[in-house]
Amino acid sequence: MSHLTDLPVWAAVIVCGLTVLGAAVALIGSVGLIRFTSFYERLHAPTLATSGGVLMICTASIICFAVLQSRWVFHEILIIVFVVVTTPVTLMLLGQAALYRDRVEEQRGVPLKQRPPREEQAE
Amino acid sequence: MRTWFPYPLLSVGLLLVWLLLNQSVAPGTIIMGTLLAIGLGWVTLKLGLVHSHPRRILLIVRFGFTVALDVIRSNIAVIAVILRGQRRPPNPGFLTIDLDLDDENALALLACVMTATPGTAWLEYDRHRKSLLFHVLDMENEDVWLDTVKRYETALKEIFG
Repeated sequence: MSHLTDLPVWAAVIVCGLTVLGAAVALIGSVGLIRFTSFYERLHAPTLATSGGVLMICTASIICFAVLQSRWVFHEILIIVFVVVTTPVTLMLLGQAALYRDRVEEQRGVPLKQRPPREEQAE
Repeated sequence: MRTWFPYPLLSVGLLLVWLLLNQSVAPGTIIMGTLLAIGLGWVTLKLGLVHSHPRRILLIVRFGFTVALDVIRSNIAVIAVILRGQRRPPNPGFLTIDLDLDDENALALLACVMTATPGTAWLEYDRHRKSLLFHVLDMENEDVWLDTVKRYETALKEIFG
């Protein structure tokens, strides 16, 4: 990694700051997974890593390689886009699965399935 | 135009992705990307996706900025909740809201935005009642969350209207 020493100081400070901050956000998200108590709360923790964490680390990467190669580097944006677009799909599936399970097991505190309007009229 | 580009936006997006992946705007890359964009556009035609026509680029950009700001704000809020730990545990809860969005792509976008934002998680959308069930991490003020979703809804309605 010797070529990283070519990085000017101002860029190094920004890149380091963003990387460390992004990693810290991802770490806090992981801590949240342990600390939260219910499944639904745990749905919120990983989104920290996939929004704030990815954003900052990718920005750091863009700045780092743009300065090193003295040209615009943009393909990290694709990482951000793909992560932001794909994780909600997983989380929504997990959330629905949890909701279904809790309803079947008749856990308290879970909103009941709303009946379709037709059934209501029949009653 | 329609026969060549059944989904113009998708094709443009694919071309952009291709150029970004190759990191070049050489003529060869552009030709290859265009061919791929046209070909994959036809392939997606087979999927029978719903057409929608997002209008007004300015509104889209503004929506993007609001979402980015909200993401940053809720990131900080959720970090605070996690770091507080058991001293002041969060007050999670379910909320229901009636939506008035007919466009499926607008709904998908709303789902992505809400799930990507820490603090809110999309759980269930009822097509018949057009009501959405979502989970929020900290229910300190319900109305703020409902207002946020309503705000998104209005913006999306303007964009896809």
